[in-house]
Amino acid sequence: MISWHEDPVLKVEHLTMRFGGLVAIDDVSFDVGRHDITALIGPNGAGKTTVFNCITGFYKPTEGTMELRQPEGPAFRLERLDDHQINASARVARTFQNIRLFAGMTVLENLMVAQHNGLSRASALTVGAILGLGNFARAEKAAVELARHWLERVGLVSRADEPAGDLPYGDQRRLEIARAMCTRPLLLCLDEPAAGLNARESDGLNELLYSIREQEKIAIFLIEHDMSVVMAISDHIIVLDYGKKIADGTPKAIRDDASVIAAYLGVPDEELPDAVSEVRL
Amino acid sequence: MAYFLQQLINGIALGSIYGLIAIGYTMVYGIIGMINFAHGDIFMVGAFIALIAFLALMALGVTMIPLALLIVLVVPWRSPPSGAGQWNASPTGRYANPFAWRLITAIGMSIVLQNFIQVAQGARVKPLQPVITGGYEFFKDGDFTVIISNIQILIVVTTLVLMTAFWLIISRTALGRAQRACEQDRLMAALSGVNVDRTISLTFVLGAALAAVAGLLYLLYYGVIDFFIGFVVGIKAFTAAVFGGIGSLPGAMLGGLVIGLIETFWSAYFTIEYKDVAAFSMLAIVLIFFPTGLLGRPEVEKV
Repeated sequence: MISWHEDPVLKVEHLTMRFGGLVAIDDVSFDVGRHDITALIGPNGAGKTTVFNCITGFYKPTEGTMELRQPEGPAFRLERLDDHQINASARVARTFQNIRLFAGMTVLENLMVAQHNGLSRASALTVGAILGLGNFARAEKAAVELARHWLERVGLVSRADEPAGDLPYGDQRRLEIARAMCTRPLLLCLDEPAAGLNARESDGLNELLYSIREQEKIAIFLIEHDMSVVMAISDHIIVLDYGKKIADGTPKAIRDDASVIAAYLGVPDEELPDAVSEVRL
Repeated sequence: MAYFLQQLINGIALGSIYGLIAIGYTMVYGIIGMINFAHGDIFMVGAFIALIAFLALMALGVTMIPLALLIVLVVPWRSPPSGAGQWNASPTGRYANPFAWRLITAIGMSIVLQNFIQVAQGARVKPLQPVITGGYEFFKDGDFTVIISNIQILIVVTTLVLMTAFWLIISRTALGRAQRACEQDRLMAALSGVNVDRTISLTFVLGAALAAVAGLLYLLYYGVIDFFIGFVVGIKAFTAAVFGGIGSLPGAMLGGLVIGLIETFWSAYFTIEYKDVAAFSMLAIVLIFFPTGLLGRPEVEKV
């Protein structure tokens, strides 16, 4: 039943992040299952984005370990890797709450940058690329193929040659996910992917996430505020409040968890039973 | 008319050299937003390495000029590592740090290179006997003959070839894409698996390589160099980069040509003493009307 403990792709233990005197994350441990959609939720300021920033190398955590386990081969200790290695070696990709595309480059180029490492190797230190050698031409073709595949999945093929910054908001969100997927990740971290999307776009996003889980068989780890989305698509939910983990389980378990309800309603502990019974009315 | 045409040819040759150096300024600025003040001195080191290589080859009896030229064209590419070293050795290399540190590192690098060459090679002007001589008579007008010398042809052709190669690198290759990505959002580029440090190092190297080739061409064109040429030529090339719009490759080339032409025509028609004044005044005037340079894009604030 509790599959995420059996085969975790990411194992976080005793993660602590302090900024001077402020403890943003306080001794948080959790597992992210290899084929699950895992949601990280919590009230504003709970430390969700900080957890993401630690996993993707923006911050070096003060304490704790984050282990990325490959299907086979050695595990990576994310806190010890340089920022580009977290993507290139450990194969963790992420998107941002406020979209960060390469706005001045075309949609296709955004997806090609994400495949830089394979291409760079094939281009033999760029010399091959200038001369148009076969090796690079083949690698480039394969990269364009993969980019085209993802453009089809997110429905942006017709806009491949437009500057990414000219796309409407919803398309930019999907392009960011496509770019993350072009790095062939094992773990895809999405920071509020549904923020600013209308209901129809939001449904489309859920479809996309399901299809990624079904077809690519990778782990999706997301921060989301919209509870209807979270409850609908997640296999596993982790709840943070004031930097501490207060609950961890299936959507059903989380829905009934008294401390989660209290955190969201903001009631002190002693009034908790009353508040919970009110909510259940 | 003939006199004008001759000056035009001279100006284009000089401008090509400025353009090659200006590209280095513009590329480094594009990717880390810093003016690399050591760039002019890398040009100077390139010229010295070329000089030494020429003298060594002549001592060895290599008299076949095309062969010597080919070898010398390859040799100055050894100086680019100083460009990469500059990025890695600076205290700011690995992590994003205050802007001033990088600037000061660059100025320090410039002083080190100048003094190193002064100590190692002496402070006197170094001559090189003409390696490439001859030229074509373009046409005759009365008793004035317009000549395109072989060295001028070499300069323009080398510049065109290198520019084309560069344009291909930037627009077609994985490295070029990575450079443009780092230019826009370094953190996001790293998260997409691009090794940002290496990309920046390579940008320094590429710029330095062009400057070194420019040093070789300068040596062949003028025949004399000293340890201080990097300063004035570097400042001129920097002016050219700003003139064309810093951050823009075609702008750097265009700016180089314009500065070269202004300087040549001013020397030809007015006084040679004030040619630098003319070139720099032109910059001031252009910046009043085009604050971002001729081909520069206005800086858009990131939200």
